[in-house]
Amino acid sequence: MFKYQFDWSIVLSGKYFEWLLSGLYTTIQLSIVSIIFSFLLGLLIAVMRMSNIRPVRWFAHGYLEFFRNTPLLVQIFFWYFGSYKILPAVINDWLNRTNFEFGAAVIALTIYTSAFIAEDIRSGVRSIPREQLEAARSSGFSYVRSMQYIILPQAVRITIPPLINQFLNLTKNSSLAMTIGVMELTYQARQVESYTFKGFEAFTAATLIYVVISLVITVMVTYYDKIVLSPMKAR
Amino acid sequence: MQTGFDFTVIWTNITYFFIGRFPHGPLGGIALTLYLAIVACVLSFIGGLFLGLMGISHNKIVRNLSTVILNIIRGMPLLMVIFWMYFFLPALMGKVVSESWTVIMALTLFTSAYMSQIVKAGVEGIPRGQTEAALSTGLHPWQAMFYIVLPQGLRNMIPSFVNQFVSMIKDTSLAFIVGVSELTHVATQINNRTIIYPTEIFLFVAVIYFIICYAFTSLSRWLEKRLAWKK
Repeated sequence: MFKYQFDWSIVLSGKYFEWLLSGLYTTIQLSIVSIIFSFLLGLLIAVMRMSNIRPVRWFAHGYLEFFRNTPLLVQIFFWYFGSYKILPAVINDWLNRTNFEFGAAVIALTIYTSAFIAEDIRSGVRSIPREQLEAARSSGFSYVRSMQYIILPQAVRITIPPLINQFLNLTKNSSLAMTIGVMELTYQARQVESYTFKGFEAFTAATLIYVVISLVITVMVTYYDKIVLSPMKAR
Repeated sequence: MQTGFDFTVIWTNITYFFIGRFPHGPLGGIALTLYLAIVACVLSFIGGLFLGLMGISHNKIVRNLSTVILNIIRGMPLLMVIFWMYFFLPALMGKVVSESWTVIMALTLFTSAYMSQIVKAGVEGIPRGQTEAALSTGLHPWQAMFYIVLPQGLRNMIPSFVNQFVSMIKDTSLAFIVGVSELTHVATQINNRTIIYPTEIFLFVAVIYFIICYAFTSLSRWLEKRLAWKK
């Protein structure tokens, strides 16, 4: 096997280094946009899932089960290739005028991740004693307002570690966007491999970047656990 | 542009969706998806057991080694693991490795990391007194692990294993990237051939995955209730 000539300079400087860097930039961009949207959508679905109105609750339940039990890749393909038949023409035109690959990836990642986030938020809410909601309701808050001011602020604090894990998963999942031609980190590593045949170096560089991102996030969660959550539990 | 749905494309290709070109050619479609998931699941169970037991070893070096391996694998996207296997497994083995096996190995490596967490939690959930009792009756630590602790721990792990299997089924869709003709790949092939029915095709594929995965998710919930230790 090992007649391979390592040449690390390829990924450490010059054109290919810039490719990888631009890939990292796209990965971060894609992740952050999807994180914001999926958090908001996940919050909405979680509130709907706990609503007293049955059809709303059923809709949220169906949404959760469907998108959690379908592969992300199929969802990406669906939005990229197939969404034109179900979206209104105005949105289609707008998507086609902008960067559609990026848009489709954001839609798919957002919807997929929001289903997981909604479940995490729901279990966070369930850990808040039911009396708090009853107390809020009896002091005159509406259901939405008591969620907004009393329950969710506490639940979100508890939910932050699993949420951050979901964001980490999202960052890793964003690599699937390469299949529809979003030029993110994995795509660029692949590109460097096919241009230079130095796959080992390119993939090592990309892997290292992913692992470092994940380690930083993991360390953050650990500290959050120690500094914020443990005192809360001890109280 | 808005047009009506036309699902005839599904019915004309239905056997291709289910079994690919089998029996006149290699197995494909849903059958291959399930085959990949089952083989990789069995292998990653073994891998997970191995890594998980490394993680609770008394030997510090072994324990740290498992932490390093875990953090690297869990920090990588599965797609990256597949590429590593695809480009370097042949180099390592010195011969051509089929795409299916490349994907199976990648899925095994990736899922072992997650399985090991389940194994670890399952073993740690068994009261310490059990091990002590086993050791004091003269069993070797390995015997205590394999005859006393693991059999009880495994029972608690079953629902989580089923959940992992569901993730595995979803993850097999990534085999598409190296050209293994499982369900997602078959769908893109049919889509490329017919061109104008992407919505119908990917909706159908999503529903198929959903039916399979939801069945197993429900099974895992049922098992969780069923297997809970009576208090």
